[in-house]
Amino acid sequence: MTLAEAPMQRERATTIYEKSKAGRRAAVLPDAGAPETPLEDLIPANLLRAEPPRLPEIAEPEIVRHYNRLSRRNFDLDTGFYPLGSCTMKHNPRLNERVAALPGHARLHPAQDPRRAQGALELMWLLQASLAEISGLPHVSLQPSAGSHGELAGLLLTRAYHADRGEVRTKVLAPDTSHGTNPASVTMAGYEVVKVATNQGGGVDMDDLRARIEEDHDQIACLMLTNPNTLGLFDENIEEIAALIHAAGGTLYYDGANLNAIMGRTRPGDMGFDIVHLNLHKSFSQPHGGGGPGAGPIAVSERIEPFLPRPQVVRREGADGEGPTFDLDFERPKSIGRLRGFQGNFGVFVRSYAYILSLGADGLAEASETAVLNANYLKARLAEGRAGERLPVAFDRLCMHEFVLSGRPMKTELGLATLDLAKRLLDFGFHPPTVYFPLLVEEALMVEPTETETKESLDAFAAAVEEILAEAETDPEVAKNAPYSTPVRRLDEVRATRQPVVRQPLG
Amino acid sequence: MAEANYPDDLRYHDQHDWVRVEGDTATFGITWYAQDTLGEVVFFEPPEVGTVLTKDSSYAEVESVKAVSDVIAPMSGEVTEVNDSLSDSPEKINEDPYGEGWLVKVSLSHPEESEALLSAAEYQKLLDR
Amino acid sequence: MTRYTSATDGDRAEMLAAIGVRSIDDLFEQIPGPLRLGRPLELPAGMSEAEVFERLAALAGRNADAERQVCFVGAGMYDHYVPAIVDAITSRSEFLTPYTPYQPEISQGGLQVMFEFQTAMSELTGLPVSNAGLYEGPSSVASAGYLAMGATKRRKFVVSRGVHPHSRETLATYSAGFGTEVVEVGLAGGVTDAAALVAAVDGETAAVILQSPNFLGAVEDVEALGAAAKEHGALLVVACDPMTLGILKPPGECGADIALGEGQPLGNRLDFGGPSFGFFCATEAQIRRMPGRIAGETVDVDGRRGFVLSLQTREQHIRREKATNNICTAQALNALGAMVHLAWLGREGFRELGELLVRRTAYARERLAAVEGVELLHDAPVVREFAVRLDAPVDQVLDRVAERGIAAGYALGREYPEYDDGLLVAITERRTVAQIDALAEAVEAAIAASRGAKLSDSESKAPQGAVA
Repeated sequence: MTLAEAPMQRERATTIYEKSKAGRRAAVLPDAGAPETPLEDLIPANLLRAEPPRLPEIAEPEIVRHYNRLSRRNFDLDTGFYPLGSCTMKHNPRLNERVAALPGHARLHPAQDPRRAQGALELMWLLQASLAEISGLPHVSLQPSAGSHGELAGLLLTRAYHADRGEVRTKVLAPDTSHGTNPASVTMAGYEVVKVATNQGGGVDMDDLRARIEEDHDQIACLMLTNPNTLGLFDENIEEIAALIHAAGGTLYYDGANLNAIMGRTRPGDMGFDIVHLNLHKSFSQPHGGGGPGAGPIAVSERIEPFLPRPQVVRREGADGEGPTFDLDFERPKSIGRLRGFQGNFGVFVRSYAYILSLGADGLAEASETAVLNANYLKARLAEGRAGERLPVAFDRLCMHEFVLSGRPMKTELGLATLDLAKRLLDFGFHPPTVYFPLLVEEALMVEPTETETKESLDAFAAAVEEILAEAETDPEVAKNAPYSTPVRRLDEVRATRQPVVRQPLG
Repeated sequence: MAEANYPDDLRYHDQHDWVRVEGDTATFGITWYAQDTLGEVVFFEPPEVGTVLTKDSSYAEVESVKAVSDVIAPMSGEVTEVNDSLSDSPEKINEDPYGEGWLVKVSLSHPEESEALLSAAEYQKLLDR
Repeated sequence: MTRYTSATDGDRAEMLAAIGVRSIDDLFEQIPGPLRLGRPLELPAGMSEAEVFERLAALAGRNADAERQVCFVGAGMYDHYVPAIVDAITSRSEFLTPYTPYQPEISQGGLQVMFEFQTAMSELTGLPVSNAGLYEGPSSVASAGYLAMGATKRRKFVVSRGVHPHSRETLATYSAGFGTEVVEVGLAGGVTDAAALVAAVDGETAAVILQSPNFLGAVEDVEALGAAAKEHGALLVVACDPMTLGILKPPGECGADIALGEGQPLGNRLDFGGPSFGFFCATEAQIRRMPGRIAGETVDVDGRRGFVLSLQTREQHIRREKATNNICTAQALNALGAMVHLAWLGREGFRELGELLVRRTAYARERLAAVEGVELLHDAPVVREFAVRLDAPVDQVLDRVAERGIAAGYALGREYPEYDDGLLVAITERRTVAQIDALAEAVEAAIAASRGAKLSDSESKAPQGAVA
């Protein structure tokens, strides 16, 4: 199949360095207003650089054009359906951007005296209280910068908790379906991962869990779990799992990536978890930014609280009719210490708190309900017609906020890999689902529509899948060579890895 | 190498490794099936010369764009030479898995281990299962 | 309150029928009964957009931000002028709302920005390989420790006391997991004590970690200090302030194996500490041990130039427990802000800004040192931040100066008990000479007032013969 080049394709990638021309500039700086002392008189010559770095030389109009044109080479949530499983691509309210940009937030120095940052500290305290209520765990640290940072925090908390009891434990259990960050965090925290098998229903295999606990009884530091799990299924055995781990002396860690399924319906704390991380960039509407920023606050039980990172935001009751004050508490002798600089990603806290205020208790519950409704509806739509035959759902039961399809029949019967379907969806204007995860399901497609989508969007997506499968029955080559309409077509990743070019060569 | 191929003069390990035994020394590599499953190899992380290998244990890694596989030692011994040319051209593992795509040469500590390995026919039977 | 969702009662009925259940509650039947919350969350009811705005504006109004108080506080984050085009570009939906670029065909914008950013950071640091960004500065130091531990198979970090206290503490926190030891080397004359450093580094050392300019603002002789690392086969890790790299010799030319730092000064707001980004550059030898995302150049099936996430087998989603790091965030939007800011400054502007900072800082340092009761804490060369000693309690001085609408700086005693009379003062292009003069006058008055108070205090105590 040959097609004329789409307009976006005709415009070949040119970097800003290639648009640079000596003598052009954008910035006009203020005068120093200070004596023009030669630099060498202020800093020894051997510490100075000979030539300035070769940054681009380009005027402002061209900078604006360059990045605006680049932006059009991105697909984004504001343009269309983005059912990326486990990523919770929900609407990013612009109100949140507006309040985060208020100078009182955006231009507040992180080392400002707490007495002169009372609004910021109160906001953090209020967010902590909200997240504690949502997660069902009483104490919150906002410090971790992302989910994986929260995981590392949770494992270091676990280590400190056991050490405080005079115990050294070496192993962390995690299901074979877990997010890759889980085992990576386990290693960084100095533990060894022990995989737990998944049962027929997609949950933790209880017999395997019992066997693992028996084998490593006094070595088990923690079990890391996502519930609903990465197959989008709620593990009905969670109470028993919690009891087993607690009996073995371990902590129970909840990967909150899938919290969007359960807000206001059930809480990790009530399920028996000790430590939870919450992805503010997933359930709480912080924009993903093309790969950050986010934030991964943790909520913990009483027994873990003494070890939380420092500083902690605290509220102090005022004396004699004075209102309460807020402060940063550094006096935490059992704390694991800092995980990063200053107080965390405050700008993300502002956005997420604005989201929680906007929705309120009922709105958060309604968001989860609609997310689950949308997922089950799309699953039902994809169980019809060709999709039902070629892309069966991996575990056929009601799902929570996402579900996993297997592209195995599509591959064996039509010769179409999951990757091909994903690439062909791009031509239909959809972002594909997460592909090839979880590893447990062959040719997996993990679909998370979120509460943001209308019934019409879901119907259109199901129709596109149907059309692609029908097309493949007559000519599978079309999808195998897709996409056609995107700014570039399939890229040579082998070349990019064999001979990595990771920066622009400059003459 | 586009077509499956399993030379008769090699011995095979069920984790998809081959051995060419020459007296007390041997050459190790991965089989056609292994490289085909992995896809285009982009990187080979060799052990250092002098590393002692234990049969059935991992001694190196091969990477494709989106997968990493451990390479299992089919026999025990000490590494005497590694195929340095793979650092620049890892694609040799795909193009010529039994020739230029060899991984390491080993001084065998237990040459008799080769008896327990599979013949080409036995290995292919394993793959057919 | 229904917000940001579209399902009507009619939609819901149709969708439930298609699913084959009667109610939304049926969908949650899979949650065991005892675990169902069974009550509304104890949170306020939802609010209108206008109400939410007012509520948050009221909170914001209780903060003394840099618009209400002239900000001489630095300590790792700085009140630079962020040009308007940064806001215009980073607020575009196409950059604001996508996920990580897992589908490169529809993510060329973000991937190319990463590539351009990597090029810029590589230029700044003088090292050939840059990643697309990490969370922020201090955790990047910890990530460098993890890399060094993997590269050298050693378990000791030798860290200068001039490294940001938050970085040192973060490294210590992570070290509990790594099973590594952190050895601190003190300061002499404002810079790392070279003899103590040489004594601390040995064959067990995985990395020597320096910061330049260091926390006291002093430019370190990285090249000379780094020799100890080279001698023992340890990696040399240098934390740096990117805004100083228009004029300072880049770490890569001083023998650094890794150069990293807090990226906030480039195109990012103060935001009470985040989000910002960390940058992380290294030699070619470390490319497969790098943490984080790396964009690489390639071609598509038709030969068009394009960009992809490269070397992904390092990362957690593939290598899982053997990953080089657990991070999967690149702070892409913050890195975009930095790239736009750097493009706006341009090659000449970036150097000029560095010179401006040096000259204004020299002026401020001299101006303050001339104040009665103020002396320099060190006289090492500085770029944009310097430390002084006050002959009055620092907290009192800060409070008195704050009354004039000025945040005078950072009280060093918060992190360095040995400098409890120390004040760290930061300069940006926003701090005018007039503001610096006002600062000097305010500090002078504050010290005089404190002394006066002390004088009257000691006078009143004198009859009882009390001696402090």
